[in-house]
Amino acid sequence: MSTLMTEPAAGRFGDFGGRFVPESLVPACDALAAAFREAWADPAFRAELDELLVVYAGRPTPLTPARNLSADLGIELLLKREDLAHTGSHKINNVLGQALLARRMGKGRLIAETGAGQHGVATATAAALLGLEATVYMGERDIERQQLNVLRMTTLGAEVVPVGSGSRTLKDATNEAMRAWVSDVDRAHFLLGSVGGPHPYPWMVRELQRVIGVEARRQSRTVPDVVVACVGGGSNSAGTFAGFADTSARLVGVEAAGGAAMTNGSPGVVHGARSMVLQDADGQVAEAESVAAGLDYPGIGPEHAHLGAIGRAEYHTVKDDEVVEAVRRLARSEGIICALESAHAVAWVLRAAGTPELPTGSRVVLTLSGRGDKDMATLLGGAS
Amino acid sequence: MTALVPYVTGGISADWTDYLLAYQEAGATAIEIGLPFSDPMLDGVTIQQASDRALSRGATVVSILQDLDRVRGRLRVPLIVMTYANLVFHRTPEGFCRELADAGISGLIVPDLPVDEAKPVARAAAEAGIDLIPLVAPVTPDDRLEQIAALGSGYIYAVSVMGTTGERATLGSSAAGLAARVKAVTDRPVLIGFGVSSPEQAAEAGRAGDGVVVASALMRRVLDGATPAEIRETVAGFAAALEVSADYAYAEVSGDRR
Ligand SMILES: Cc1ncc(COP(=O)(O)O)c(C=O)c1O
Repeated sequence: MSTLMTEPAAGRFGDFGGRFVPESLVPACDALAAAFREAWADPAFRAELDELLVVYAGRPTPLTPARNLSADLGIELLLKREDLAHTGSHKINNVLGQALLARRMGKGRLIAETGAGQHGVATATAAALLGLEATVYMGERDIERQQLNVLRMTTLGAEVVPVGSGSRTLKDATNEAMRAWVSDVDRAHFLLGSVGGPHPYPWMVRELQRVIGVEARRQSRTVPDVVVACVGGGSNSAGTFAGFADTSARLVGVEAAGGAAMTNGSPGVVHGARSMVLQDADGQVAEAESVAAGLDYPGIGPEHAHLGAIGRAEYHTVKDDEVVEAVRRLARSEGIICALESAHAVAWVLRAAGTPELPTGSRVVLTLSGRGDKDMATLLGGAS
Repeated sequence: MTALVPYVTGGISADWTDYLLAYQEAGATAIEIGLPFSDPMLDGVTIQQASDRALSRGATVVSILQDLDRVRGRLRVPLIVMTYANLVFHRTPEGFCRELADAGISGLIVPDLPVDEAKPVARAAAEAGIDLIPLVAPVTPDDRLEQIAALGSGYIYAVSVMGTTGERATLGSSAAGLAARVKAVTDRPVLIGFGVSSPEQAAEAGRAGDGVVVASALMRRVLDGATPAEIRETVAGFAAALEVSADYAYAEVSGDRR
């Protein structure tokens, strides 16, 4: 089974993926694919990345038994603690890999899109560490609701460019980042934050996030019944799933009800790949609507579309109010304040535990993709 | 003699088809009609705003193609549609190309459809009898230019700058070099577009290629409220710089099969 394991030929995952970009970007995508293939096979590159993941990012992150919730719910719940990674989310895994690759390719500048700001913060962090410039595109609406991360990015020396077009969220920030890349393709690396976009991004980002799943598999010792993670573009889930692809574990992705490309979308071509997309009858991309800026996105990475199509992974949705409640419940029962994005996975477990969807006694590995500091203002302001 | 291909975003106003007539009167050789897409990755702010305005007026592929009925019989110049891949695949390449052909469209430009992904669309376009006009960029290597020149039919569209659509103070320095590289591998005529903002720049581009696309410079004026009569003068300025005459036919340069 090659899904979640190998480089996809021509960037295709079954009917999905590919490279739908302007001709101006094709040579850059080709060069990036070749550079990543070579670097990934180079023990020196791997050693440098692994070392950074340990001494800088704080890996491995623990697998924490959620003792109180487990007792309450009648399951065994294990939390993969990406919230404890440097910068506060899994995004650092991908960013350190791509930033090292950018430097290896001789690029002096990183361009990134961000929704919740976690990917932007990680990019600004890696740029500071490696002496690169960083420009981060962020929707105006996300700038308002993720102020803390905007301040972190500027403190780290990155330029944050507000995007006022369309829904003023992640979708539009991604458009603008791609436009910026076309205009500076020689000097800049487009540091995409999830498993979407044109080949090689879905493959490269999944490989760079694989560390989550590999560690969790080792730490959980026996194979769990269910592996669950939240899904925006799908990188923390893809990285988690990759560690369990060849096991019998059920793979569960949890989408925001208002941004559920797998559940409510149809095949389409957006941001460089064919995947599942929320769109209207004419093929115009719909605006997503979620309390979690990082999941407020109408698309999903193409490998997820394929995993769903072949039935290897299942995708569920949870609503904003369940998510806000899940943040509180996890905080009060385990002393862990997780990100609104990560709380989608928690909310599904809270709802499903003890039902046929997640029977009593199940052993569950849940990736807690990030910490919730950035969301305090949102939680205080209205969602109570 | 060089072809002048002005652009309009379909559905941008209730009377948008009057721009087609105005362009024709001003000496357009062919006209490019943009079918607006929600996420125009290769467009600068002017075409983005034009697309948003058309979409917020409720413009759809069907409504824009239907609007063309209003000028049928009066419009003699060929029409080329420019739109993004999702609108093509959403209706299936076969269905989309047939709809275009039924509406009297002669050509199709899809900026996010590189040659590697274009086969199903090229096949559907050929079957429907419309030209799939492929794009080349300053960074396209020569061996890839040959591959692209074998795709579709009619013009080759040379993107003159590394960047999005939008007005620029000077014509991209790579325009002439790119056109020459295309001409070295194919007899197909070369359209030059992206950032052609003034009649002087159009004349310069016209010396390098066989045709010039003018988009943002016109759409900014349309967004600012220019009427079809006012835009006619603007387009006439480009036509004069290119020395096109009003009866110059697309078929002469494109090898159009109709
Ligand atoms: C904490 C956190 N989790 C999850 C996501 C969603 O991204 P992905 O699905 O790629 O993991 C984000 C994105 O901003 C995030 O910040």
